[in-house]
Amino acid sequence: MMKCKDATHLMSEALDRPLGRGERMRLRVHLLFCGGCRAFRQQMDFLRLATRRFLERND
Amino acid sequence: MIDSGSADLISGFRPQMLKFARLQLQDEAAADDAVQEAIESALLGIDRFAGRSALKTWIFTILRHKIIDTLRERGRTVQISSFERDEEELDEAFDRLFKDNEHWSPQGRPQAWGDPEEALAQRQFWQVFETCLEVLPARTARVFMMREFLGFETDEICATLVLTTTNCNVILHRARAALRQCLTNGWFGAEGRAS
Repeated sequence: MMKCKDATHLMSEALDRPLGRGERMRLRVHLLFCGGCRAFRQQMDFLRLATRRFLERND
Repeated sequence: MIDSGSADLISGFRPQMLKFARLQLQDEAAADDAVQEAIESALLGIDRFAGRSALKTWIFTILRHKIIDTLRERGRTVQISSFERDEEELDEAFDRLFKDNEHWSPQGRPQAWGDPEEALAQRQFWQVFETCLEVLPARTARVFMMREFLGFETDEICATLVLTTTNCNVILHRARAALRQCLTNGWFGAEGRAS
């Protein structure tokens, strides 16, 4: 099974490049069983959203 | 010919430009200079812009180039070692979230954040967010902002800053993990929400 630490690296890279098929598959399987990494992924998505909103703010 | 309406329009962007430049450059004076120069260049070509959004895109493009010039200039003078230690500290803090087998430790395991959308609507959240960005080590912040604020592809970042792709990926991961931790501690953690 993929290690959580490696999964966090893949989840970060997924924001910068399309993951390969094998990477996607292994990550998906890992996330199925790992609530901590699922939370981490949601938080990565949130960070991207927040940085976009941050720039649009005017104060 | 510059009419006062256009000048007003441009000065309206100034606070946002300053915030943007300060975060990127971590230096008030350099940020002021970059914004001033960008505004001056923008005023020279303002006739070509009919719409507000086109003008805004254009003026931020100019600012972006000024910032990149400044960073390039600085990249040649800053010693790598000066920020290596801060980066190491972040990596060690991240490592402490894991057990020896590199799976999450019970204390380190990320917990879902309660209603992040609601956070985006709160002024105090943005203060925390800004502080979290400001405390990132200089190089980590620079790479993260080039990617997320300026919209560079990682290849371009690596080329500009003379880093390997692996290096870039590691730095981006470090920045994101640090921001995640900082927001958890500063906002989403139980103690952070008591306001």
